[in-house]
Amino acid sequence: MKKHLLAIAITALAATSTMAQTGDTLAKIKSSGSITLGVRESSGLAYTLGNGKYVGFHTEMAENIVQDLQKELGLSKLNVKYQPVTSQNRIPLVVNGTVDLECGSTTNDLNRQKEVDFANTTYVEQVRIAVKADSDINDVKDLDGKTVATTTGTTSVQLLRQNKRAAGIKFKDINGKDHADSFLLLETGRADAFVMDASILAGNISKSKNPKDFKIVGEPLSTEPIACMLRKNDPAFMKAVNDSIARQVQDGTLEKLWDKWFLQPIPPTNTSVGLPLSDATREAWNNPNNKPKEAYNE
Amino acid sequence: MAWDWQMFCEDTLDRTVREGCFGTDGDITYLDWMLSAWGWTVSVSLLALVLALAAGVVIGTIRTLPDSKWAVRFGNAWVEVFRNIPLLVQIFLWYHVVPAIFPAMKSVSGFVLVVLALGFFTSARIAEQVRSGIQALPRGQRYAGMAVGFTTWQTYRHVLLPNAFRIIIPPLTSETMNIFKNSSVAFAVSVTELTMFAMQAQEETGRGIEIYLAVTGLYIVSAFAINRIMTFIEKRVRVPGLTAPSAAGGH
Repeated sequence: MKKHLLAIAITALAATSTMAQTGDTLAKIKSSGSITLGVRESSGLAYTLGNGKYVGFHTEMAENIVQDLQKELGLSKLNVKYQPVTSQNRIPLVVNGTVDLECGSTTNDLNRQKEVDFANTTYVEQVRIAVKADSDINDVKDLDGKTVATTTGTTSVQLLRQNKRAAGIKFKDINGKDHADSFLLLETGRADAFVMDASILAGNISKSKNPKDFKIVGEPLSTEPIACMLRKNDPAFMKAVNDSIARQVQDGTLEKLWDKWFLQPIPPTNTSVGLPLSDATREAWNNPNNKPKEAYNE
Repeated sequence: MAWDWQMFCEDTLDRTVREGCFGTDGDITYLDWMLSAWGWTVSVSLLALVLALAAGVVIGTIRTLPDSKWAVRFGNAWVEVFRNIPLLVQIFLWYHVVPAIFPAMKSVSGFVLVVLALGFFTSARIAEQVRSGIQALPRGQRYAGMAVGFTTWQTYRHVLLPNAFRIIIPPLTSETMNIFKNSSVAFAVSVTELTMFAMQAQEETGRGIEIYLAVTGLYIVSAFAINRIMTFIEKRVRVPGLTAPSAAGGH
């Protein structure tokens, strides 16, 4: 794994230094007749069913955006390529031109804005606490003296560290290598709580053997805007993407997608995530903006 | 591509650059964190190496014992079990499955479990090398031991093992270096070693390339240090004319 990531890093390094960014993604799409979407393989918002099939709320929204782009560019045929990305390689792949538009579960924050641009926020994530149904943990302060699980390579690890300091409490944190692993830590009792994005918690609980054994508690520890990511300094492409998002909000497409992916049973297990549209997300839809995470948590 | 090495001097909580690059009063910078992660990598690797050498030598030796059918079978089973299961799967078996069967194992820390998993995994490989080292020796050596009236223990202690160890030092060097590289799987059970540091810190700072370069450097330094130590040992214990069976000529 380590070697794999390094290889990606070096490739990205080589690519960024040798290839000057074209800066005009619309022209690139038009001349090549194809667009490359960055998709996630196992996130609550975008995942794979195997065999090169990518689905999910944000994946389907991205496909709608592509259709609108095709209309706008007047192309009779637009070839869509799917490039699976991970938390580690998504930014280098957008920067070096491999991926044109990444709609997965990328948080818009100031740090990343130095390297990429974000479209308007289409999903607002809240970091919350999942515990066993019979647990006496109701809030962050109840975590004192407990063992808390979270997933390596997520902002939640840092968030926990900050909360520990701010609230003056002590707990042991253990890190799962992915969300399924972290949830297993909670399920097997190695951890008393699992702190993560609410959609991921809800998804893992709905897929567990006994969803009634778990509950999500407490005020959100943090609120994070999730948005599609695109190359920096490309206002024409940014406008086209944002126009499509606005269109999807106005004619109710996005709300239908929400219903489809978060309230109805979804493949592969045909269980429902059961996550109603939050006020924060609706707020972002009605007032299009690409404010970073920092603007939400002041 | 602009380099930003200064992020290593940033505090891990508020991301302000610290004077002198090291945190004070319990605050830590990314550099502090990386060095402590390196410490975990080295600890996991060295402890696993000790376990692997001890178990590997015993298992490898009993696989060559004459007239001990069951000991040989046990040794074979040990090697095949630990060699045929992927390392990451073994780590999960130790972490999730073993405690489910033996509840007492639940309180054992991830660190100990990783040392066990990595140690036993590598012991199977070292056992194979010890066995091949012993079997590479001319049969005459064992007979010579018997002819002077040595017991089996004495034959191994004074004749076979000293020669076999000298033969297998080169592959053993690779194995000790492998342990350092394989220790990266420890991140899967929440040991805060270098790979976990890299995955986490690159997410927090967005400086993945600098972090992976630094971490790669530390892995190279660790593996190369152990390589030099093994080469030193190889030189020190060399017996002129007996370094390798091929050089010694056929008996």
